[in-house]
Amino acid sequence: MENKKILYTVTIFSENHVGLLNQISNIFTRRGLNIETLSVSPSAIEGIHKFTVTTYANRDLIEKVVKQIDKRVDIIKSFFNTDEELVYQEIALYKVATDQFLALGSIEELIRKYNIRILEMTTNCVVLEKTGHYDETQGLFKELSEKLTILQFIRSGRIAINKSKIERLSDMLAKLKEENQQ
Amino acid sequence: MNMSDPIKGSYILMESLLKEGVDTIFGYPGGSIIPVFDALYDYMDRFNYLLMRHEQGAVHAAEGYARVSGKPGICIVTSGPGATNTITGIGDAMMDSTPIIVITGQVGAASLGTDAFQEIDMVGITQPITKWACQIRSADEIADAVAKAFYISTTGRPGPVVLDFTKNAQTELASFQYKQCTYYRGYIPAPHVNAEQIKEAAHLINQAQKPFAIIGQGVVLSNAEKELMQFLKKADIPAASTLLGLSAIPTDFKLNKGFVGMHGNIAPNMKTNECDVLIAIGMRFDDRVTGNPNTYAKQAKIIHIDIDPAEIDKNVRTTTKVLGDAKEALTALIQAIEPAHHDAWIQSFEAYEQKEQKTVIEKELYHEGEHITMSEIVRKVSDATQREAILVTDVGQNQMASARYFQYKHTRSIVTSGGLGTMGFGIPAAIGAKVGAPQRTVCLFVGDGGFQMTIEELGTIMQSKIGVKMILLNNNYLGMVRQWQELFFQKRYSSTQMINPDFNQIADAYHIANRKVSNRSEIDEAIQDMLKDDHAYLLVVEVEENGLIYPMIPAGETVTNILTPHS
Repeated sequence: MENKKILYTVTIFSENHVGLLNQISNIFTRRGLNIETLSVSPSAIEGIHKFTVTTYANRDLIEKVVKQIDKRVDIIKSFFNTDEELVYQEIALYKVATDQFLALGSIEELIRKYNIRILEMTTNCVVLEKTGHYDETQGLFKELSEKLTILQFIRSGRIAINKSKIERLSDMLAKLKEENQQ
Repeated sequence: MNMSDPIKGSYILMESLLKEGVDTIFGYPGGSIIPVFDALYDYMDRFNYLLMRHEQGAVHAAEGYARVSGKPGICIVTSGPGATNTITGIGDAMMDSTPIIVITGQVGAASLGTDAFQEIDMVGITQPITKWACQIRSADEIADAVAKAFYISTTGRPGPVVLDFTKNAQTELASFQYKQCTYYRGYIPAPHVNAEQIKEAAHLINQAQKPFAIIGQGVVLSNAEKELMQFLKKADIPAASTLLGLSAIPTDFKLNKGFVGMHGNIAPNMKTNECDVLIAIGMRFDDRVTGNPNTYAKQAKIIHIDIDPAEIDKNVRTTTKVLGDAKEALTALIQAIEPAHHDAWIQSFEAYEQKEQKTVIEKELYHEGEHITMSEIVRKVSDATQREAILVTDVGQNQMASARYFQYKHTRSIVTSGGLGTMGFGIPAAIGAKVGAPQRTVCLFVGDGGFQMTIEELGTIMQSKIGVKMILLNNNYLGMVRQWQELFFQKRYSSTQMINPDFNQIADAYHIANRKVSNRSEIDEAIQDMLKDDHAYLLVVEVEENGLIYPMIPAGETVTNILTPHS
C-alpha cells in the first residue's frame, strides 16, 4: 500500500442538480481531505456537469474516496488520476497599475517569457492573463510582485484531460443503461 | 376521483404511496405538513396510520417495520424540529441498510432560505446520511420524486431516502400520472455477477482445507437464505453470523457456528484467525467484527461477496471479490464449487465451543447466585416462544445478551441497531416490527437506560393497541458503559448509576399489562403470563447489577484476544 501523499485529480460526472457539490464535499470533509482546487462546468453532454477536484492523499484513501463518490446515486461516474496521466491547465488573471506596468521597461521580454495575454488596458490598470501549471502562473506572480504591486490576482481551479485511451462518457452511459435494463 | 383532473399535491402524495403498495405510515403532524395529514384523513381506510409520540419514534418504527417485512418503512413528519428529530433514525437506517422513506414538511418554496418559522435545511443536513435526499418544490414534481425515492431506497443496497416536501407543493394543484421508476442514469443497484470472479472464488473454495464463512445482513436483504444453506452444505463450510446476519440460517442448522464479533462466540472468532479461506457474504467487516484489522484473518485468503463496490477493500483487503447480489452470487457459486467434506476442521470448533459452554454459557444460563442474569431471561423467553418469535433489542448489555442467547427458526427475526448503536431504538422499532409482522410474537429486550429514551412510545402502544412483549432488563445502571468502566476504567463508575422510576406504575398509567420479577422462581410463570394473549405486556426483570457480558474482545484488539470470566 502506497502511503505517500501526492496530488490526485478527481474527475466527477454528475447530474446537474442542486446540492451535488455538498454531496461531493461531504465525502472529502468526513475523511479530513482538503480540496486544493475545484472547477465545475457543464460537460459536453447536456444535463451532465463535470467537477475537477485536486487533493493531496495517499493511494489507498483516494481509491476509497472515489468509490464513495461513485456510490452516490446522483453521480454518474468518478475516477482519479495522477499528474503524469493528464494534460492539465489553470488560468490566472493579474491586475496591475498601468503606470507601474509601463515603467517596467521590459514588457516585450516579460510577455515572451511567460506567454502573457493582455486582456484589458485603461489609464488606471492593465489585466494580464496567463495559463499554465500552478508553478507557471505562480512564477509570473512572483516575478510581478518583485517588480510592482499586484492590485488583484485570481487563479482558477485545475481543468484536465486524460492522455490515455479512455471510454467516452456517452459510450459509458449507453453501456450503463444497457446493463441496468438487462 | 377523476385522475385527469388536477388534484392537490397532498393527494398526489397519497395516491403515489398507494401506487407503491404502501399500507402503513408512521408519523407525527405539525405546521408545515398539515395539508398532507388533511389528505390522509380521506385515506384512513386505505392506510394503517400510527400516530407516534415523537418523530424519533416514527422513524425507528419505520425501520422496525422495514426490517421484518422487507418493505420500505414510511414516516411522515413536519419541518424543522420534526425533521431533525428523525435524523438519528435516518443515520441508523443508513448504517444498517434499512429501506425507509422519510417525508418531512418544509416551509413554502418562496420562504426557503429566509429562516422562516420551523425552516431547516433538511436536504443539506441529511445528504451525508441518506442514499438520496430530494426537495419537492412544486406539485408537478411529486409523483416522479416519490417513484424515484422508492426505486432508490429499495433496490441494490437499501437505505434511507428523504423527501423534503414544501408546503406550497402540498397545496398546489397538478394532474396525477404515476410511472414507477426502474432506471436512474449513473445508479447501478446491483452489479451483475461476473463469471470470472465466480471462477476465481470457486477455485479458492475448492482448494480450501479450512474454509469459514461469515454471514451478513446482505443474505437476508437479497432473500438468499436457501441458497446460502445449499452453498454451505455442498462445500461443507462452517459459518457464523454478524449481529445483523443472525437468523439468516436457523440456530440448529448443523454448520451454524454462532455469532462473530466483540461479544460473539469463542469458536468462530478464534477460527477466523485459523481458517485458510474466509468467505464474507453480504457483510462489511465492521470494527466490532474484526477487532484490529491489521491482525484480522491474515493467514486466510479472503473472498468478499458484496453488492456495494465501496465495501470492497474498505476495511479488509480481499483476495477475490464477487460484486453483486448475494442470491445471484451464491446461485452461481453453488454451480461452480465441488462437493467437499471438512470433518476434522469442523470438529476442531468443538473444543472452543466446550470452553465457552463451561466458562460462560452455563454460568449465565444456570446461574447459582441469588440474582437473575439477563442471559437466562432471554433464553427462557426464546424457549417459551419455541424460537418462533421476532427479537427486537435496544442497545447495550441487553442487546448483546439477547443476540447471544435468543434462538431462531425463521429469517428476519432480529431487529437491532447494529451500525449506529442507537439507544432508544428498542420500543419504537418493536412497534414497527409488530405492525410489519402482526402474526408473529415480537419480544423486545431493553435496558432501563434505553427504555427511558423512548418511553413516550408506550402511548403509541396504548392508543394503537400494539401487542409487543417488552422485557425490561433492569439493573439500575447503564450496563455496557458500567462494564467498560469496570474492565478498562478502574471501576470509576462515572455517570452510569440510575435512580429509576417504578416502571410498573408507568405501565399501569398507560393501561399496559405488567409484572415485576425479582426472584428466579417467578420467571417461568411470569413469562407464561406475558405470552398468554396477544396484548402488550411489560415484564420488568430486576437483574444482577454487576453482570458482565462475556466473552469480550476489547475494542481494537485481535479477534483471538478474548476475555472470559477467568481470563
